[in-house]
Amino acid sequence: MTDRSQSVLSKSAFLKIVPDNYITTPQTNSLPTFIDIQNLELSISDQIIFEPLTLPIYKNHVNALIGPSGCGKSSLLNVITRLTDYTDNIKIEGQIHIDKKNILNSDIDLIKLRRKVGMIFQKPVPFPLSIRKNFELPLKEHGITDKHELEEKMENALHDVGLWQEVSSRLNESATQLSGGQQQRLCIARILALEPKALLMDEPCSALDPMATRIIEALIQQLKEKYTILLVTHNLSQAKRTADYVAFMWYNNNHGKLIEHNHSDIIFNTPANPITAAYVKGLTD
Amino acid sequence: MILLPSNHNLADRILRFICWICGSLVLSFFAFLFFDILIQGYEKLSIAYIFSNSLNAGRAGGIAPMLVSTFLLLLLSLVIALPISIGSAIYLAEYTNEKQWFSRFIRLSLSMLASVPSIVMGMFGYAFFVIALNLGFSILSGALTLAAMILPLLIRNIEDTLRNIPDIHRLNASALGLSKFRTIFQILLPMANQGIFLALILGIGRAMAETAALLYTSGYVTRMPDTIFDSGRSLSVHIFDLSMNVPGGEQSAYGSALVLVLFLLSINILTHWIGQKIQLRSIT
Repeated sequence: MTDRSQSVLSKSAFLKIVPDNYITTPQTNSLPTFIDIQNLELSISDQIIFEPLTLPIYKNHVNALIGPSGCGKSSLLNVITRLTDYTDNIKIEGQIHIDKKNILNSDIDLIKLRRKVGMIFQKPVPFPLSIRKNFELPLKEHGITDKHELEEKMENALHDVGLWQEVSSRLNESATQLSGGQQQRLCIARILALEPKALLMDEPCSALDPMATRIIEALIQQLKEKYTILLVTHNLSQAKRTADYVAFMWYNNNHGKLIEHNHSDIIFNTPANPITAAYVKGLTD
Repeated sequence: MILLPSNHNLADRILRFICWICGSLVLSFFAFLFFDILIQGYEKLSIAYIFSNSLNAGRAGGIAPMLVSTFLLLLLSLVIALPISIGSAIYLAEYTNEKQWFSRFIRLSLSMLASVPSIVMGMFGYAFFVIALNLGFSILSGALTLAAMILPLLIRNIEDTLRNIPDIHRLNASALGLSKFRTIFQILLPMANQGIFLALILGIGRAMAETAALLYTSGYVTRMPDTIFDSGRSLSVHIFDLSMNVPGGEQSAYGSALVLVLFLLSINILTHWIGQKIQLRSIT
């Protein structure tokens, strides 16, 4: 999909026509936001990854982030979970407010933050331990040591992702023996057991087959009742199927820039920006 | 890992043949060595030889004291070296990168330690443990010297194993809010346990084969050690002494060599077996 859209739109051809402040914010400002990103700018080793962007992530909605590879979508997720702390020579400016606190402050408790904002990676990687241990380790870290409580939380989380029936008889077997789709659902369940408020998903289906992808997509729809979801995807039809709000990022002078943010229907049918229009047209052509 | 198809053309066949020769050479070195020792030494081998004291400078009698000394040296040096190795390997792999001066310094020290000839290490052990720390010619001095010798081997192997664990596991652990402590002890170390056992086997082999470093540190009296503060003669030192300094000791030297080789083989097999058990247990 990305290759195709890049051939439709050559990067340089569009540089000229990207106006400076062409970001459309949705008109539904009354919606409560869970993550409030304000003027966030990221650079690594003096190379700007994305230009200052302001993006509200709406509570209990699926917020999708689309755009070509390398425009900083995944980096944005890493900033929100502070996984960028492990990269050298990184510079972050701006603010990210979650529950009225700027999580970029140095005094923020990372363990609490990551319990609140769960991250699902592209490639599902359970720890090469038993399914049970995959739940026990994080739960124990967050102070849950009672055996019954551990069991209950694990079972509930596995029910939530529809995996309980498939794995209930082999909880003591290695999690790496599960199929790719099951592993991804296990990773989601592992996060859900921690009772987060938001789920950040970095292309959660790109390593999965179409069947498993459908299951995860259905799960995302179901999860938004309880959680705020920020989904990075390369798959435009997936964004169309699952997202309520879509933010579109593009390149500008070799770094990422938020071009347009609006309700999914508007982004896919009547986008304001010609680049957005051309990019999502890759879907309909 | 897959095996690519071969035998398609001449170059393939030649390469395959050369590699086969190399592999066979390795096998035949070992076979030659093993059968030489077996043929020359098997007559000596008996229950009595293993369980009795040495007589007439080793020409007659058995090797019980040497076996006990060897075992004590080995056990003690591993008990000393393994925790230090795991600790420094964790430090190098999980707390530093190659650019930091302190980690560079540790790495440099390791390369130096690894390349110090064992006789020099023996002299160091003599000057430091035997004389300066006043431990005398003792199994403890020998074990400390051996520990210093096998440290680089253990640390390198354990560090490599840790570094080979993909970063995605660390990211996952971080994203789940796991502390570094839990990540290291409950995820990374269990994943590395096979590498740690491999390092252990290599360390055991190195320590059991060591002769020169022990001559000056644990000494070479042939009597049974009572404590680790007694002097004791390791099996390899015994072989060295019988073949170099004791006329008529060759047969006994072969007998001891056979015991040493069998001992090494069984430790290899045992360690491998334990390694697999532990791997299985850490999964559940």
